[in-house]
Amino acid sequence: MRHYQIPAVELLGPGHLACPGCGAAVGMRLALKALGKKTILVIPACCWSIVPGAFPHSAIDVPIYNTAFETGGAAAAGIVAALDILGDEETTVVTWAGDGGTFDIGIQSLSGAAERNDNFIYICNDNEAYMNTGIQRSSATPYLAWTTTTPAGNPKERPKKNMLEIMADHRIPYVASVTIAYPEDMIRKIRKAKSIYGTKFIHLLSPCPPGWRIPSEKVVHVSRLAVRARVFPLLEIEDGERYTVNVHPDAIPVREYLKAQGRFSHLTEEQIDEIQSNVDREWRRLLKRTQFSSAVFDVARR
Amino acid sequence: MKKVITGNEAVAYGVALSRVQMIAAYPITPQTTIVEELSQMCADGRLKARFIKVESEHSAMASVLASCTAGARSFTATSSHGLALMHEMLHWAAGARLPVVMVNVNRAMGPPWNIWNDQTDSLSQRDTGWIQLYCENNQEVVDTIPQAYRIAETVRLPVMVVLDAFVLSHTAEATEIPEAERIDEFLPPFHGRFTLTGRQHQSFNPIATPDYYMEFRHKMQEAMDQAKEVVRDADERYERLVGRGYGMIEKYNWDGADTVLVTSGAVTGTSRFVTDELCREGPPVGLLKMKMFRPFPVEQIREVLGGVPKVAVLDRGLSFGHSGFFAGEIRSALCREKERPEIFGFVTGLGGRDVTPGMIREMIRYTREKDRPEGDIIWVGLKR
Repeated sequence: MRHYQIPAVELLGPGHLACPGCGAAVGMRLALKALGKKTILVIPACCWSIVPGAFPHSAIDVPIYNTAFETGGAAAAGIVAALDILGDEETTVVTWAGDGGTFDIGIQSLSGAAERNDNFIYICNDNEAYMNTGIQRSSATPYLAWTTTTPAGNPKERPKKNMLEIMADHRIPYVASVTIAYPEDMIRKIRKAKSIYGTKFIHLLSPCPPGWRIPSEKVVHVSRLAVRARVFPLLEIEDGERYTVNVHPDAIPVREYLKAQGRFSHLTEEQIDEIQSNVDREWRRLLKRTQFSSAVFDVARR
Repeated sequence: MKKVITGNEAVAYGVALSRVQMIAAYPITPQTTIVEELSQMCADGRLKARFIKVESEHSAMASVLASCTAGARSFTATSSHGLALMHEMLHWAAGARLPVVMVNVNRAMGPPWNIWNDQTDSLSQRDTGWIQLYCENNQEVVDTIPQAYRIAETVRLPVMVVLDAFVLSHTAEATEIPEAERIDEFLPPFHGRFTLTGRQHQSFNPIATPDYYMEFRHKMQEAMDQAKEVVRDADERYERLVGRGYGMIEKYNWDGADTVLVTSGAVTGTSRFVTDELCREGPPVGLLKMKMFRPFPVEQIREVLGGVPKVAVLDRGLSFGHSGFFAGEIRSALCREKERPEIFGFVTGLGGRDVTPGMIREMIRYTREKDRPEGDIIWVGLKR
């Protein structure tokens, strides 16, 4: 992978209220470096409603528009429309929402904005549960994971919703997945999103030390394991059909990813094997789509 | 210029005259033709505004609040279940002190499904911090929208302009469209006091601890109190420029009246006709039109109803387990008066049931004949 220098600009200041080792804090810091000062952040209810600090403080050096849980897409659309009529062509509008505000309660307004192709970047900070209220399952929670509403004796029974594919199927110009373990990749993708007109969806996997039951210093490590174990592939989907896998994982066993986290400590060997076969199946499916898309676009280029 | 237009077309003219810059709306009967007319106006350039065709009323209000925070004069319209779906965001509008204007076409709430007129939808939003203005006819609709923006932008609270389903929304009346220059004089361009494109380091609607929250609420209440003066001022200025004014309340056929009928919305027109007739026949019956419901014009109510022996309140909405909305509010406003009128609370016209001149006569007859009402609610037009 080509490396990019990480910008020196710091728009996330000290004094924020994130937990030690919070993946979302590192994610926000990197995202703001990529976005720059001419950014308006739209934050529906999520950890980041609290993290910048309570009134009258803010640890973020761009304007923030806090909005209701389910309105990440609609609020961004409103700001974009206002900037348009007021003649502001420089400012980038970015929604930063959690997985609850994206996969669940917010999917309607996000889908509405994407269908209209409103011009903004939507970053889903996916920590795979409702972490702001204390680790309750969301539809982003992985199969068999522990949360306080899916306790070990009755873990989550359904697979994670495939939000990337759902967004790609809106035929928006740009959809990508990122993690803080690959910061150059993340910054490149956010900058690319910024350069494209329309709705852009960035899926950030964001390990949560208390929620995932991992030590604070292991957040980057676990983020990397997710990519290496093919649990969270780093990819781009353009116009809903051009697939690019950015990092080709060395396919470590998914067991290594699961064993690094307390939220999977109840799993039996059989369950780990089942998760492995699910991950393998999803990976084959992704490769098929990638090969299909490159075949189609190679033909188109000829 | 005089045109024969429906209430919903009057809304669109009022919005265009107010030079609204952003509209987000979702169609719902009987508001739909507002969305259609405004879409057309944006499409053919009569209105230079962005129109977001949102996927729900909740998103409509969320978009409008965001665009207003970014500095654009913003508008939406809804009705009934659409308004109920917005409920959460109505609190956000008022709490964020955003001067947005919304039109609500009064329609009954289901179930059972009902698309016809009553006032339960808007009146049950009374505690969200919105100023509420009810219109009697299409002329009042077109005149009230620019006033609503002036009021909203002065006190920094959202304003709901309300008109009756079908009776106004789909009924055409001869309506004077004010000259755009007059309205420009009345309503200067919108400049948000704080906007998202202002300073870098600004957080809108952040979490406020118990150390601060109550003060935000206190300021909202102060703004509501201030609104009464601002509404009066806006109305007087409008009247000077355009020639029509409405007031927060309006006294009609008042001289020597022993009984006063209180109404709001389009039924006021029918009631004017009935009280005119009754005044010709015998002792006069006064009519009190309530244009403003929030802030409730408590002082004005005390002043005009203080010495009246009997007051009949015609409610087209009901706070279940209590009484008609207006009757309850008026009782509360007068409770400390020494000379308290007897309040007769009539509930009628729910779900579009016609309120006829005969029914209004019956309410007044009942009020005159009885010393006191049989209960806090007297149902009129109910099939038993």
